[in-house]
Amino acid sequence: MRTYKPKDDVQAKPYYTDRFYVSPQVPKQDVGSDEVFASDLSVLKENFTIHDAYIQIGQMVVYINASDNYKVLELLRDKLDYTQLSEMSAIDWLAKQNQFEIFYQLLSMEKRKRIRIKCFIDKDEAINSVEKLFRSADWSEREMYDMFGIKANNHPFLKRILMPYDWEGYPLLKTYPLEGDEFAAWYEVDKIYGKEAREIIGPEIRDTARVDRYDSERFARLGHEVPKGTKITGNEPKQPLAYQEEGGVFMIDKFDENKSTIITDRDR
Amino acid sequence: MAQHKVNYSQDGGLPVALTTIDKVVNWGRSNSIWALTYGLACCGIEMMASGASRFDFDRYGTIFRASPRQSDVMIVAGTLTKKHAEFIKRLYDQMAEPRWVISMGSCANTGGMFNTYSTVQGVDRIIPVDLYLPGCAPRPETLQYGVMLLQKKIRAQKADKSQVKKRLI
Repeated sequence: MRTYKPKDDVQAKPYYTDRFYVSPQVPKQDVGSDEVFASDLSVLKENFTIHDAYIQIGQMVVYINASDNYKVLELLRDKLDYTQLSEMSAIDWLAKQNQFEIFYQLLSMEKRKRIRIKCFIDKDEAINSVEKLFRSADWSEREMYDMFGIKANNHPFLKRILMPYDWEGYPLLKTYPLEGDEFAAWYEVDKIYGKEAREIIGPEIRDTARVDRYDSERFARLGHEVPKGTKITGNEPKQPLAYQEEGGVFMIDKFDENKSTIITDRDR
Repeated sequence: MAQHKVNYSQDGGLPVALTTIDKVVNWGRSNSIWALTYGLACCGIEMMASGASRFDFDRYGTIFRASPRQSDVMIVAGTLTKKHAEFIKRLYDQMAEPRWVISMGSCANTGGMFNTYSTVQGVDRIIPVDLYLPGCAPRPETLQYGVMLLQKKIRAQKADKSQVKKRLI
């Protein structure tokens, strides 16, 4: 007897398979394929430990030891013409490997090349500041501290840059909820009115599509306006939209819809 | 025959107009609503357009002022972040009575699309609001209509502001 084989529709199968189960990777090329990068990498390799290096979309990515970051960037700036730090920040890999990834994106105007230096630090580890090498790292490191809580050693003014100074929590961590934690939810109420005002003001209403048509304290139904605080029954009479009161206003012409001109020619 | 009522405003009559204190004060107030420049985000662009020549707020006596001391209405035009919340409260407190607040656009009304940790979910959590203008962003016509409605509201109020203060707490 023949062994049983499932007769699923092979052609339909791709439609039911999750294509992104394994996240797609940008293809990596060998560093040897670019002679400028190859010579840069050989200079780096002479002086420092290089864990990995490859080229992605025309940019070299180099993994180094986190403790070498100042020296590596100094060498790249002074000897290898990478004179601009265009971007730096961190990536939260805490769930995966309990580490942060720090990256520095450098640009060489001379060579017309971009290079990315990456390193990993542990959760409570600090990184050396590169603010003395690149002034642009000043605010970037403050943002990194603000968003991830990663401290930069020897930074001249390590203070929150985006969030308020008295904020608690680091919003770009993957564990931080998008809608904010308890502290964030009551931040402005606690600060302005004090904690005792929480009951009066009430929790945040996060459902932006929420429309309470029975609430005449805060909103009025356009065309069915009632005085504030009236109990809405649903049978409110239709009020015509009027720009002025019935009797008009002293010394001001009453708007007459029939006398108004509708402009159709925009270039009038 | 004795006339019950003399029409003074008739042609050739006495140049006298009779009114009440409430009406004349509110007439003045409603036709000179000076607004505090408060563009926080893209709604601010629409607010500027309302002030410029095409829509021309000056016709209503609405002139934008850069100081809360000189303003009657605060048009909160844009996203209010939690970092900024204390400043809007401070500016509101610096405005002299009588004062009004227009919340312009979805973000100021409810937080709008910014359902995040850093956005205040509606300015009415911080300061009392008189008018909510829907839209993202509302057209200048909406703001014009809102100012007209506010004028209507002011005329309906008592001129004496010893009435209950509009404080949230």
